[in-house]
Amino acid sequence: MVSEEDVREAIAAHLSDAEVNVTDISNGCSTSYRPGSLPTNRCGTGFEVQVVAQAFEGKRLLERHKLVNAALKDIMPNIHALSITRAWTPQQAAAA
Amino acid sequence: APTDVGLPPEFKTAIDAFVTENPVVAFIKGTKEMPQCGFSNTVVQILNTTGVPYTTVNILENDMLRSGMKAYSSWPTFPQIYIGGEFFGGCDIMIEAYTKGELNEALEAALNA
Repeated sequence: MVSEEDVREAIAAHLSDAEVNVTDISNGCSTSYRPGSLPTNRCGTGFEVQVVAQAFEGKRLLERHKLVNAALKDIMPNIHALSITRAWTPQQAAAA
Repeated sequence: APTDVGLPPEFKTAIDAFVTENPVVAFIKGTKEMPQCGFSNTVVQILNTTGVPYTTVNILENDMLRSGMKAYSSWPTFPQIYIGGEFFGGCDIMIEAYTKGELNEALEAALNA
């Protein structure tokens, strides 16, 4: 079972001086999902991730997400859903 | 560039052709009529809002397709959206691009190409 801390550590280990926030959203999706209804069954481990890192400088959003995915490569097989809701440079974070 | 490790050449050729012939393709869990996951549903709803014609592929129906698309896209999760033959991103990127108006730009460019 992957924990929030596992995800946070993996990202921090690969993106130096990254500021990482991880939230477990394991209930956010369901195999029995139907539009308009609330998801009920867990279908796996899910996390929402917010990362602020200098490594994102000069990179498009797709490339930034690929950096985060790469950092989580080893534990990704045990993660059902990963939502990267923030991939900012420190400058962007300061301006927000 | 997509990693070709473990990806059969004929698979790569077939997907190359498919995402080129279909300007907007979403590889999702379920169908556009019945998405099987909240993230796939979000992408379907966004594409419906834009009004552009698009194709969905249900990756739950074929394990080889499911693992193959992860390697082809160098992207570990679904949904995966292709616009104009190029990998555009997953659900979060779709939401951000839609919010910022960048999705419409990408769709217009692909459909007018």
